[in-house]
Amino acid sequence: MRYLTARKRAEGRGSAGTGTEHHWAMTVSSVGLAFLLPSWLYIFGSALGGTRAEVLETFARPFPAIVTALILVVGMRHFAMGATMMIEDYAKGTTRKMLIIGAVSLATVTAATGLFALVRIAL
Amino acid sequence: MADAKRPPTAMQRPLSPHLQIYRPQLTSFTSILTRITGNGVIVAVMLAVWWLLAASASDSDFALADAVLTSWFGDLVFTLALWAIWYHFLAGLRHLYFDAGHGLEVATAEKLGWACITLSVVLTVITILLVQ
Repeated sequence: MRYLTARKRAEGRGSAGTGTEHHWAMTVSSVGLAFLLPSWLYIFGSALGGTRAEVLETFARPFPAIVTALILVVGMRHFAMGATMMIEDYAKGTTRKMLIIGAVSLATVTAATGLFALVRIAL
Repeated sequence: MADAKRPPTAMQRPLSPHLQIYRPQLTSFTSILTRITGNGVIVAVMLAVWWLLAASASDSDFALADAVLTSWFGDLVFTLALWAIWYHFLAGLRHLYFDAGHGLEVATAEKLGWACITLSVVLTVITILLVQ
């Protein structure tokens, strides 16, 4: 027998069980990314196609390095959460769990690799 | 308990519109496109990170990554990704506007949808011209 009523179990948290936490995290990161993206597109777009010396010179400067690091950290978390949302819509059971773990891992590895490269270039 | 008293037969609920007779709408198309563009951009990000790692490593590593990224294939991927991220950027701003409780009338939502599609192409062209 359940001592909590259905209403009591659901109240304030919705069917996800975590309320608006996921949605709010996506909102916050999207605002951050909206500010970062135009600068980063300009930095990366300008650097792409340059010689190795030019690329190293660009990403050794504080502003391009910091913006790229922020894009990686905030962007890959935003991606991991967005991809999780997509997987939850289309897959269920063990497949869902494995796909979510895969997406989160991919995002984390991508961010970590990019940060490692930045540290090696900028420091 | 409330749960135990539920009748054994399932409650009658309205069915979703049948996919084959469901007219595609701009609002649903722009919403689906937001998801596709957001998730698809990971391909370009991974290529960019590989390129950055190669630049930090050695001349030969960079030569390989640079050759791939600046090939016709790389140009295709990055041009598509550039449009995708601008579209996702604009659709995201539209969602923030929706979330604040504005622009939800069908006519306004459709106008904003066209604005996202048009502006994403315009911003893609401007970015390409700017970084050349």
